[in-house]
Amino acid sequence: MVIRTKNGDISSDHDKWEGFDIYDDGDGEAIHNSSLYRGYVRKKGLMMFLALIILFVCIIIAAHNGPLNISSSDIIRYLLTFDNDGMGGVIWNIRMVRIIGAILAGSGLAVAGVVMQCILRNPLASPYTLGISSAAAFGASFAIIFLNAGSSITSTVSISNPYVTTISAFLFSLLATGAILLLTKLTRVSSETMVLAGVAISAMFAAGLSFMQYLATDSQLGNIIMWTFGDLGKATWSWNTLIMAVLLSVTLYFYYKRWDYNAMEAGEETAKGLGVHTERERILGMVLASVLSAVIVSFFGIIAFIGLLGPHIARMIIGSDHRHLIPLSIILGAIILIVADGVGQVILYPSVIPVGIITSMLGGPLFIYLLIRRYGR
Amino acid sequence: MTFFQVNGVEFSYKSTKVLDDVTFSIEKNEVTSILGPNGVGKTTLMKCINKILMPDMGSVLIEGSELHEMSRRDIAKNIGYVSQRGEMSRMTVFDSVLLGRKPHFEWEVTDRDIRLAGRVIHLMGLDDLALKYVNEISGGEYQLVQIARVLVQQPKVILLDEPTNSLDLPNQHMIMHLIRNIAIRNHIAAIMTIHDLNLAIRHSDKFIMMREGTIYATGDHSIITPQNIRAVFNIDAFVEKVKGIPVVIPI
Repeated sequence: MVIRTKNGDISSDHDKWEGFDIYDDGDGEAIHNSSLYRGYVRKKGLMMFLALIILFVCIIIAAHNGPLNISSSDIIRYLLTFDNDGMGGVIWNIRMVRIIGAILAGSGLAVAGVVMQCILRNPLASPYTLGISSAAAFGASFAIIFLNAGSSITSTVSISNPYVTTISAFLFSLLATGAILLLTKLTRVSSETMVLAGVAISAMFAAGLSFMQYLATDSQLGNIIMWTFGDLGKATWSWNTLIMAVLLSVTLYFYYKRWDYNAMEAGEETAKGLGVHTERERILGMVLASVLSAVIVSFFGIIAFIGLLGPHIARMIIGSDHRHLIPLSIILGAIILIVADGVGQVILYPSVIPVGIITSMLGGPLFIYLLIRRYGR
Repeated sequence: MTFFQVNGVEFSYKSTKVLDDVTFSIEKNEVTSILGPNGVGKTTLMKCINKILMPDMGSVLIEGSELHEMSRRDIAKNIGYVSQRGEMSRMTVFDSVLLGRKPHFEWEVTDRDIRLAGRVIHLMGLDDLALKYVNEISGGEYQLVQIARVLVQQPKVILLDEPTNSLDLPNQHMIMHLIRNIAIRNHIAAIMTIHDLNLAIRHSDKFIMMREGTIYATGDHSIITPQNIRAVFNIDAFVEKVKGIPVVIPI
């Protein structure tokens, strides 16, 4: 125990509280722990800066991927000058579209994961585990089979209307979120019921997806499977712009609510006692995180584990204070997805493995490793 | 004007009535202990006072203002609550205490908030733990952190649900002593639920004895009698005075 009695005399330690004025901020007193705390916060800022440098390095390395050999100095020059003529055009119009797509998708899924894990008080909560990805896959399959839409830009599948697939995936993702919220409202707005509702909805959409795969023709089945492999090759500037707009708005809201999330980390009753509308924040947070994930997943396809890996690694490095956790998860989500996509482009070169396969392959073992490191004896 | 008043509060879980016409008042500088067996509604009463649970009927007044008509944030400025079920997250002790300033700042903590938290941490002897993660300290230490947080909140009334849980004997007395000193020095009131009758008697000014969701007896030390203990706890006990303070000895 921290406070001990002196020589067994309890009262001797209590004299200091005779003047314990809770309104006295000790202005003028040198309080050592406050100075230490300020140093600690500065250190977190430095870690964030370091993570940003790593992200920048990853972007430079990833920009090398492609048949044309472009030097690092040229890549940096094209990036810093926004030069998109000649080789600069290759960098900006081909490679950076994909890299920016990776940054946006990775950041978005990671920030959605952070908030879901906090408001649902469950370390396994993520867009993937709560059924948003399953619903999107169901929606995409529905469009491919019943709305005669194609899905992706590959040589083996048709591209009759990728927008219909994306819109259908998005609408079904929202439907899943709505169903989770409705189920929660019918019971009570607690984190447990939300997670359980998410698991149930996820199972239902997964069953529906299997049923549609059973109904599908061979080419439709190919389309569905290609769609479910999250692929950053689909990135375009117009979609990136849309995702960025949603990501920025949602992240700004999440960051504005960072202290509410910190309070929720201390438990439901404590948060309410500190003036937080926990039910309202849970519903709003869930809706916004779901919309963000739905926009990403419905365009790129299923990218598993980023919503778990980004936040968990960030939490191990920097703790659960959302002032630092939200920005670091965003940066780490981007780094992980850029690296995973880079690996997918390199290991079977010149073939490109969709990033969704890489994140599933690497994400599972990496997550188990994190689990053992964090919770192991 | 009465400082703090609870009038006719009633609350039911589904069809089971848990609180029935609970009425009492307390004044500044007072420490009040709510006594009663498990399941009698003590924690529910605390949550109804704080609007964590919305009572079916009744009102709570602080300095004449209806508490339940205030925003949740304004309630938090008036009432601080130490829950029995705080969760130990991966936040530092300093951040956890600083969280108590949440009802008072708009966008971000100020330098004054950091000084306030630092001072309370120092006075409670938590300096060595300040930058440790909360999930790496003991349950007893976390209880001290929760109390430090509520002090930083600067409420007019502090509600404490089993504040001495998971504390050893010296720290139980230390916490009770601290709460009493703070109430007197800062002209605020403290209401707590507590199972240890002797600890409550030693450190409280007023007692509320609850039976079957309602108040059975309320008053000072004089209501701690063998008859009332028998009626409320269904147990026989002697009540002897040691240095003028009643001591309950269950038979």
